[in-house]
Amino acid sequence: MRKILVSLLFLLFGTSAYADCNIKSGSINILANDFPALRTFVETSKQCKGSADFKVTHSSEHNKIAVPALTANPSEFSARIAANSSIVPLMNQDLIRPLDDLVKKYGKGIQDSQLITIDGKVMAVAFMANTQHLYYREDVLKDLGIAVPKTYEEVVAASEKIRASGKMQYPYAAAYKAGWNLAEEFVNMYIGHGGEFFKSGSAEPNVNNAKGVATLNMLKKLSELSNPDYLTHDSEAIKVEWESGNVALMTLWASRSGTLLDDEGDPNITKATKLTGPATVGGGNIPAATLWWDGFTLAKNRSDADAEATFRALAHAASNKKMVADAADQAVWLVEGFVPGPKSIGVIEAVKMGAKPYPMLPQMGLMHGALGSEIVEFLQGKESAEQALKDVEAAYTSKAKEQGFL
Amino acid sequence: MPNKTFFWFFLPTGLAMVLFIGLPIISTGVQSFYAQHDQVVKEVKKCDPFGCTVSIVVDNEETTKIREAKPLGKFNGFGTYVDRNHLATEEIKKFWNETETFGEFVDQVTNLPFYKALIFTLTYCIFVTPNVLLLGFIIALSLNAISRKIRGPLIFGTILPMIVTPLVGSLVLFWMIDSQGIIGANIQNLMNDPYLSLKSSKTLTWITIIIYGIWHHSPFAFVVFYAALQTVPQEPIEAAIIDGASRFQRIKHIVLPHIYPVVTFVALISLMDNFRVFEPIIGFSAEGSAQSLSWLIYDNLVNEEVILFGSAAATSMMTIIGIAILLAPVLVRTWKEFKTAR
Repeated sequence: MRKILVSLLFLLFGTSAYADCNIKSGSINILANDFPALRTFVETSKQCKGSADFKVTHSSEHNKIAVPALTANPSEFSARIAANSSIVPLMNQDLIRPLDDLVKKYGKGIQDSQLITIDGKVMAVAFMANTQHLYYREDVLKDLGIAVPKTYEEVVAASEKIRASGKMQYPYAAAYKAGWNLAEEFVNMYIGHGGEFFKSGSAEPNVNNAKGVATLNMLKKLSELSNPDYLTHDSEAIKVEWESGNVALMTLWASRSGTLLDDEGDPNITKATKLTGPATVGGGNIPAATLWWDGFTLAKNRSDADAEATFRALAHAASNKKMVADAADQAVWLVEGFVPGPKSIGVIEAVKMGAKPYPMLPQMGLMHGALGSEIVEFLQGKESAEQALKDVEAAYTSKAKEQGFL
Repeated sequence: MPNKTFFWFFLPTGLAMVLFIGLPIISTGVQSFYAQHDQVVKEVKKCDPFGCTVSIVVDNEETTKIREAKPLGKFNGFGTYVDRNHLATEEIKKFWNETETFGEFVDQVTNLPFYKALIFTLTYCIFVTPNVLLLGFIIALSLNAISRKIRGPLIFGTILPMIVTPLVGSLVLFWMIDSQGIIGANIQNLMNDPYLSLKSSKTLTWITIIIYGIWHHSPFAFVVFYAALQTVPQEPIEAAIIDGASRFQRIKHIVLPHIYPVVTFVALISLMDNFRVFEPIIGFSAEGSAQSLSWLIYDNLVNEEVILFGSAAATSMMTIIGIAILLAPVLVRTWKEFKTAR
């Protein structure tokens, strides 16, 4: 009896000592994108909320909410899970606070490599890495005797072969939805060609060149091998296409591999789905992909008590060995104790191949926006590549002028 | 109603209108003349899990100082109105001088975002408004002629498109026209073209959105016309029947003149609604092929993480002016009729 009581007590205190970070007050409200790894991360931080209020908003529209919500004083959210692109507008508007003191006080388990420092100040704590890389159907490629493609030229050749074999009509898929997604594909491909978005040391656009044209032509070739509705397909839509067995080659986020390879859907397709690194393009040696980190930032316009509570809860997750062990399949965690599994191969290959991080420049968002809307007509065959790139530069320039960058 | 009574009767509404419609419009107007201050940037070292680089960031201390001195931003006059993303006066001048044929010039101009959006918006208005009026009128006439017993459920069924939330309505149609959806796949079979996609072709996307617009707005016209039909006096119609007038003649010479003011009203409201077309573009994910003025405003406010208040405000003001221009003929006519009636 006594033994049971002791072990019960131990269990009780044991778990609470593990889960509760002894947060006494404050309120925590988190804004995050919506994919499995982030849900796991936020859930883990919730375990340690103590007596603090805990709210979370997972939304794929997070980019649209973030700036207005954090501009309010007090801000709606105490923390925003951001990535290298989405931290920029927060920095531009001065909406997030430096975390140095909090890291010193409560950030014991956080590794130095997780800290995002800008001008010597810690502005975010990263916990996972992400990139877009190739997925392929082993069975289809094997049947037709196609080697796993290493370049986008090989992807095109392989897709054409699959189409010619009559196995699949639209063998390739990537998130080409007009707007942010399409622009992201351009960014990847342009970087793969070795392009620079701005003239060095200025905010003058620099995409209307031979590399830009080559990028557009490659995107067009790939789009012709995709489902004709490609301009409306985001990551979720192409995932569904893949799971329906309509696609044999796909460029998709590493963070989506978890749900792509889960038990739902046709087990034969899941079994034949294999991951490989991102492809290169145009004879370049760096992959046509960008590296991303996801990390948390804290709102400036929120009380110090809330910031402290939020930091402690999130730091608990950002240094949680149990979480990275349990959810090793969901992401490439940057947290100590993570052992990369087969699903992390895309990101690890990308890093090995020397992929570049997404450019963290104050004016990059405007360029991304201009790309997303102006290259559509080229893909639809209504306009030449040069004209499309000229439009991108012109649209960017007038927006950048309005924003005071030029 | 004596003027004094009318004044007191109208005062609360008038106040609310000034407060919630007038003042925001004025504020938007003021905003449209301002742009952001010149960004002060500095070079700093940035480190992330992938390594360190020297790069630029916005210098927040300096920016805050400038912002506090001039919170509205940098005065830009009509700068935003005439830049490339709006009226693009300079670009148009350049195109005019550079292009050789008129067709080429039109091509260049319609490639500019504002004109692209304006053309779609106008096309939408031109096709949807008359069709809504016509379809609404025909449905109202038919239902008015049907036995009263089944009229109730039929009316309910007819106004369903209006009850369904626009986004949901457009999403349902969006899934149906998917290349694997019921309509999309059948059209592919019918045309024997596996690459045909309603969503990727610009023309087909426009047609889809216009058909959706007619489907969604007709019930409104129908409800108003149906109510108006109930007020048509029976005596002249009976007299006309005795005189041997056909159904078409009766409608043309008795019913239409009687409900004419209502037709004007519905036309006004539909024009205003259609000029602000927005939801179907989002619902159909049609941003690539069809952009409207309202969509441009939305895009400036949310799409790029960087909010372009000046741009959005300028487009808003031009949308208001556009609606005013469109409505002018109808308003002038109503005003004239009002004067002769007195």
